[in-house]
Amino acid sequence: MSAPLLEVSNLQMHFPVREGLFLRARAFNRAVDGVSFTINPGETLGLVGESGCGKSTLGRCITRLYTPTGGSIRFAGQDITHMRPRTLRPLRQDIQMIFQDPMESLNARHTVGDILEEPFIVHRIGDRIWRRKRVAELLNIVGLPARSATRFPFEFSGGQRQRIGIARAIALNPRLVICDEPVSALDVSIQSQILNLLVDLQREFNLAYLFIAHDLAVVKHVSDRVAIMYLGKIVETAPSETLYREASHPYTQSLIAAIPVPDPHRRAAREVLRGDVPSPINPPQGCSFHPRCPRAEPQCSEAEPELAPLTGAHAAACHLLARSG
Amino acid sequence: MALLEVDQLITEFATDEGRVRAVDGVSFSVEAGATLGIVGESGCGKSVTALSIMRLLPQPMGRIAGGSLLFQGADLARLDIPEMQKIRGRRIGMVFQEPMTALNPVHTIGRQLTEGMLLHKVCEPANALRAAADMLDRVGIPSPDLRLGEYPHQLSGGMRQRVVIAMALACEPDLLIADEPTTALDVTIQAQILELIADLQKRMGMAVIMITHDLGVIAETCEQVVVMYAGKVAEQGSVFDIFDRPAHPYTRGLLASIPRLETEAKSRLGVIEGMVPGLRDLPLGCRFENRCTHAVDRCREQPPAPEWVAAGHAVSCLRWQEL
Repeated sequence: MSAPLLEVSNLQMHFPVREGLFLRARAFNRAVDGVSFTINPGETLGLVGESGCGKSTLGRCITRLYTPTGGSIRFAGQDITHMRPRTLRPLRQDIQMIFQDPMESLNARHTVGDILEEPFIVHRIGDRIWRRKRVAELLNIVGLPARSATRFPFEFSGGQRQRIGIARAIALNPRLVICDEPVSALDVSIQSQILNLLVDLQREFNLAYLFIAHDLAVVKHVSDRVAIMYLGKIVETAPSETLYREASHPYTQSLIAAIPVPDPHRRAAREVLRGDVPSPINPPQGCSFHPRCPRAEPQCSEAEPELAPLTGAHAAACHLLARSG
Repeated sequence: MALLEVDQLITEFATDEGRVRAVDGVSFSVEAGATLGIVGESGCGKSVTALSIMRLLPQPMGRIAGGSLLFQGADLARLDIPEMQKIRGRRIGMVFQEPMTALNPVHTIGRQLTEGMLLHKVCEPANALRAAADMLDRVGIPSPDLRLGEYPHQLSGGMRQRVVIAMALACEPDLLIADEPTTALDVTIQAQILELIADLQKRMGMAVIMITHDLGVIAETCEQVVVMYAGKVAEQGSVFDIFDRPAHPYTRGLLASIPRLETEAKSRLGVIEGMVPGLRDLPLGCRFENRCTHAVDRCREQPPAPEWVAAGHAVSCLRWQEL
């Protein structure tokens, strides 16, 4: 097996919560708290979790928009965890990002042509004529007419703007694209267009994706493997099919059960998960899921479960599974 | 007779570039105690339909330009403001998508909950707080007495939506309009809220209009479904008609485009090419014509009238029998 493209080990991102006159850090928001995973070239890892579970923070650590407070990130064999901006710069070509709301991530005062040309200018690639040709190519790849180059972002619909965001992300031929909720602001008929486009681009350019979203059905559809996050930690990870058919962690099971199925014949009386996600500033002792877990036992509030392998690439962090296995 | 009968509703907005019709000839009815779903994508007119029923259209731009809204024998479209105020919040409750904007940040939960009850005189002022605490208890908020003195920002998103539901249900309305009630919530919280609405509906015997873009929520909660597209009803029928025997190409396209847990990873999803036409440049004929793979010349010339596919199942497509 080839070496992984991205290797994240025990990553931590603790934000200080500052209070008082001197803004001393009184507590830490453990947004990402010891996360490890790998992504191979051309592979998609889906990252699923509810709001506040730390999935977006994790994505931003990998693009080094944040500098992690612990652990390491290795990209193509190089440790980039604490790399300085200057040395990081050439690597930025290889790691790109697609955001949820393209209206906020595209500069409203620039034409689409300018937006797409900018990465080449920043990285000093090609001359003006070459760059313009490449912009036209990019527009064609993402399914927009070439005349879009002279128009402004507001002239486009949400789905078209997301196509522009994708064109910008793939402009420099990256190897890894972090997709942070790329379709959650879109209508279903547009969402499927974008998902198909992302799958096509992956095949064509051998892109690896970290696909972050709250919608398990969407994530499962585009991913080779899926990791489920809860309160800053990965609680279960498995190949997509396995995860859906043999979900083991009680949280994953409740997450799957909570998704409304678009089939009126399968209206089932389900076990609804009680309570809210606790605050990551003061997470529960032991397993962080135990206050909501329908199967919690005394030991769950005492010791924290490790992510332990079940079968093959399937792993889960749950005391009950470790014992029965 | 149905609890609510919407007949040929037309809602217009005055804009700088003239009048646009956000809702154009929409008809459906809701039986007492039943759940009707309205599904469609952004801009299809589903929320404007709800605001028309509630007579909460933005003023002075929005107005009901035609049709009738018969509710318990009265035409809501023609009621004057004081009469409408007696119905709004009392006979018809509404839950909005974003609980933080539906709640007043500077008033306590208790004050906001009792306001409607006192206004509609459903309880004595002395008992109002007691009744409000009972209501919070019914929507599953722990330690309700304590919560009455708190402000909206002190609650989580799911708890806020429960408060909004408690406010909508405080006067035990006969109809609840829920406009994307779970869209802003996480999926496990969404399941809690949907269960809560279904449970309260059963206990209080009210009817529900569930407005959503999520076909999963529709399949889970509704008996009757209205599929809207660009201000018109594309298709309506029972939930089984819509999911098992969709007759309109738009309904079929929507159903094919949702990723499901059981579909194979990275398989191609169905797509509806193009996008919804703007309200200012609507096509002359069928509004779905520019995205429909089955469109022929006559689709571009005349708008389709609703036709019966079977009892209770109507479709607005000229070619539904050939497809």
